Amino acid sequence: MGKKAPNPKRLTPSPELIPMEGAVEKTAELDRLIHDRLRLGILSALAVNESFSFTELKNLLKTTDGNLSVHARKLEEAGYVSCRKSFQGRVPHTEYRLTTNGRRALQRYLDHMEALIIATRGRA
Amino acid sequence: MTRQTDEPSSLYEHAAENLVYIRDAMERAGSFTAVPGWGGVIMGLTGAAAAIIAAGQDARDAWLVTWLAAAVIAFTVGVVAVLLKSREAGAPFLSRPARQFALSFSPAILAGALLTAALVRAELHSLLPGVWLLLCGAAVVAGGAFSVRIIPLMGLFFLFLGTIALFSSPLIGDVCLGLGFGALHIVVGAIIARRYGG
Repeated sequence: MGKKAPNPKRLTPSPELIPMEGAVEKTAELDRLIHDRLRLGILSALAVNESFSFTELKNLLKTTDGNLSVHARKLEEAGYVSCRKSFQGRVPHTEYRLTTNGRRALQRYLDHMEALIIATRGRA
Repeated sequence: MTRQTDEPSSLYEHAAENLVYIRDAMERAGSFTAVPGWGGVIMGLTGAAAAIIAAGQDARDAWLVTWLAAAVIAFTVGVVAVLLKSREAGAPFLSRPARQFALSFSPAILAGALLTAALVRAELHSLLPGVWLLLCGAAVVAGGAFSVRIIPLMGLFFLFLGTIALFSSPLIGDVCLGLGFGALHIVVGAIIARRYGG
């Protein structure tokens, strides 16, 4: 059997990890690396698919080569995604995967967003 | 005072927007896994079996019933396979990519069903293989725009086989049906299963 898509159920937010009463105050501590839209998109896409090539991610997130390259490198430097470069014939092929740290970081971010929604719903 | 009430509201909206964005990105990425691989292989085996059984039928009605029965079986297998795959991935059955695929795929299939009835009524059975393959190809190309690249490519093969079938003898038409609904489904299904999971 071939590659299997990771189960996104594992990313189900668990708000008990972040206390609701501290959610708003802790907003400043948000993982700024993930908070960027494109980087958030890269992690979200890789969370439901084992791997994506550079071109697939570019088309999926409707961005440019340069933009994707810069943001993917930041995630790679943080250890949130792994990158494998190879050649398919004479064409360079770059493949990205979500690392365990990246999955945990996205999980934390989702937890924080959900806790923030619950905490601010009453105040808004 | 205004600021105190606005800030939580803004945070709430921002967090909600981010969650919507994450869900949207996951849904779009999920389209790469929504098409069933092994389900496609089973559909192909159904098509191959129908091609063999139909080739042995002398009566036109028996030939037609064989292919219509195969179509019903293959459709059921396809729906069940998508359902199982989306459940395994924890994704909703009617996610946005799935809805887009269904909406693009259905019109040509509906047109095929109506044309089948009209051609059978006019006793033009020999045109059926070409019409089926062409309309199935049109449906797959349209639906495949929201899926992995191999799907629209599969649709183009259907169009190619349909063109040959439309202007050839009934025997060649039968061969094209077997290649399209049998072999092509098996090959593409196996590739999808290998590259994108069952």
